[in-house]
Amino acid sequence: MEIKAALTGNPNCGKTTLFNALTGSKQRVGNWPGVTVEKKEGTYKNDPSILIQDLPGIYSLSPYSLEEVVARSYLVQEHPDVILDVVDTSNLERNLYLTTQLLELDIPVVVGLNMMDIVEDKIDLKKLARWLNAPVVEVSALKKQGLESLMKQVKNESAKKEQKPFLFSRSIEDAIGSIQRLLPETKQTRWYALKVLENDSRILEELSLSKTDQQKITKLREAIENEFDDDIESILTAQRYDFIEKLIQDCVKRKRTKHAMSVSDRIDSIVTNRFLALPIFVLIMYGIYTIAMGSTPFSIGTIGTDWANDVLFGETIPGMMGSVIQYFHINPILASLLKDGIVAGVGATLGFVPQILVLFVFLSILEDCGYMARVAFIMDRLFRKFGLSGKSFIPLLVATGCGVPGIMASRTIEQDRDRKLTIMTTGFIPCGAKMPIIGLFAGAIFGNSSLVATSAFVIGIAAVVVSGIMLKKFKAFAGEPAPFVMELPAYHFPSLSNVLHSTWERGFSFIKRAGTLILLSSIVLWFLQSFGFVNGAFAFVDDNNNSLLALLGRSLAWIFYPLGWVGDMAWKATVATFTGLIAKEEVVNTFGVLYNFGGELSEAGNEIWTLVAADFSAITAYSFMLFNLLCAPCFAAMGAIKREMNNAKWTWISIGYMCVFAYSISLIVYQLGGLLLHEVPFNFFTVVALVLLVGILYLLFRKGYSEDKSNISVKDFSLNKVRS
Amino acid sequence: MKTLDTCKPNDTIIVKKLHGTGAIKRRIMDMGVTKGTEVFVRKIAPLGDPMELNIRGYELSIRKEDASKIEVE
Repeated sequence: MEIKAALTGNPNCGKTTLFNALTGSKQRVGNWPGVTVEKKEGTYKNDPSILIQDLPGIYSLSPYSLEEVVARSYLVQEHPDVILDVVDTSNLERNLYLTTQLLELDIPVVVGLNMMDIVEDKIDLKKLARWLNAPVVEVSALKKQGLESLMKQVKNESAKKEQKPFLFSRSIEDAIGSIQRLLPETKQTRWYALKVLENDSRILEELSLSKTDQQKITKLREAIENEFDDDIESILTAQRYDFIEKLIQDCVKRKRTKHAMSVSDRIDSIVTNRFLALPIFVLIMYGIYTIAMGSTPFSIGTIGTDWANDVLFGETIPGMMGSVIQYFHINPILASLLKDGIVAGVGATLGFVPQILVLFVFLSILEDCGYMARVAFIMDRLFRKFGLSGKSFIPLLVATGCGVPGIMASRTIEQDRDRKLTIMTTGFIPCGAKMPIIGLFAGAIFGNSSLVATSAFVIGIAAVVVSGIMLKKFKAFAGEPAPFVMELPAYHFPSLSNVLHSTWERGFSFIKRAGTLILLSSIVLWFLQSFGFVNGAFAFVDDNNNSLLALLGRSLAWIFYPLGWVGDMAWKATVATFTGLIAKEEVVNTFGVLYNFGGELSEAGNEIWTLVAADFSAITAYSFMLFNLLCAPCFAAMGAIKREMNNAKWTWISIGYMCVFAYSISLIVYQLGGLLLHEVPFNFFTVVALVLLVGILYLLFRKGYSEDKSNISVKDFSLNKVRS
Repeated sequence: MKTLDTCKPNDTIIVKKLHGTGAIKRRIMDMGVTKGTEVFVRKIAPLGDPMELNIRGYELSIRKEDASKIEVE
């Protein structure tokens, strides 16, 4: 018979390490339905009949955070056979707080005391087990000790089917008893009764009690609140912690005096020091950036990516493909699909894998050792003004290399709102692939001025800041207050298996996407580029100027008329924008093709500079550049947005927002800039530009929805808010 | 009324009452900041916010805005 064990515990309690140690490679990773919370399950490697469901790391079973709601719905609705509660011994008080709540679910609980080896305090396990009415097993997830006896207890306990709860004071227990009698008979009546007493809006909604019952319950609640002169949530929380304090006095012999500096505190006194924190942070970021994406001899990420792009997908695979095509006499159209469509498109994406892997090794180390929480601590003040989190710095920095790992790095941000905003704005940062676009126009139009690249960065950062401020005022973002009450976990050595696991998970999800979404979009774009009408007949075309894509470009060029894309360049610019969706450097290659340049183009397209200069004025060039820097990112980045949002609506909102924002900014710059330079006459779109500008200023300075945050009562947190 | 956000590094104080409502208040309590708890102010972040507290044997970071809802003595 299969045993379902739910693995629970606080964040940073070593739960992930334990899960990896227990399941080995037998894991399935996904998402909980409809939310961005990661779902992992696996079977115990020594006994496949035990299925371990890893629940999100939580501090409580309150109804307020997504993770907590996910965890408690699983525990109540799926009713696992046993709860395996991982407790960090070095932080016993707060960890046991969750345990007191788990004991109420009427599911057998087994407590795994993790990190006993690093704690100096003496703990009496037998006494602790008696206090909790649950078996307590000493384990070390890191050293893989005690796992077998832990799992033996899990198996034993799963047969019991019941659990003695932790008891509150007399009057509260009486109230719980009275409420229990009002509720329908279920397995977990006590838990439901307690939640009803707590005024938990979700549970009240689920139960839909009668008016008279509700009144009875309110009376019971008010009696208790009067007795203790506090609100019910505070009373219950305080009683749990009081119980834990007594338990600790009885079971634990403290060695360390209160507030004494531990090793971790000493590290922190330097790392988050008032003067040293920022320099150290900059140094660490610079180091990681250099090794993963820089262009020094130690930049193993870049070396790997260059090799993948130039050798693997530049020569080896196309070469092999060429021989295969020759050998089998493959039809030239099919050959073109394979070479120009699939290998070029998927290769352009897979080429980033080395950089992504190197980067994620470092990010996983930072996360696992505890530094990531300090990053949020140090940067929080700066970033929350833009509706972002302190941790948003890392995605933005990484995005200067490549937006894909940047967007994926947003996963370390706990708050849903901050994460969404970070995902939506990370694509604005000029990535490595956008540099050739900047190079082309800086060279062709602006006399190679370095101001062009600088302005691109300034505008990218401004776009993030402006978007953050505008968007955070919308109800969709302001509606979910994100308390920044965060634990700074003690530093510890990162575990190799955790780092490898999390790097591999992220890397693999990227590779998988290259095989699906990016493959498909490459094929579609190849088709549009390779077919067209020649002399009225639909045929395979060699000359891109006759392709369906060119046709599409010509018929859609009017959209960009207000941005100053007029005359013959309009359709070329439109086509280049579309091909930029494969990879942004394609923009330059496309211009090469469209200007009929035969040979191999250098990176910034020096060979076509004069032709480009003839077609673009300074202001149209800038408008084109701006639009391409800010609009929808490449397919790979869009795939990353979809993966991290895990929600079709939000993916489209993000991409749509970027396009609209890019369009508005380019329009304003072209129309108003052109007017000032006497290049563009006053016209209808000048008015549009002014309206857009006023609109943006209004959105920036209006009073945000967040102003009312403090007035949102508990009742306003309906189910659909967290679901959305 | 003295609130937590006005405390200086190395201050040791006792929580008197939690004001405010909803998610943030509950989260602060869940993290162990309850009536009568002893709190040691470890430091203030380099940019002046948030603050780092030592409570129940671990380090907790909290924004001053939220700390202003915590009455201490």
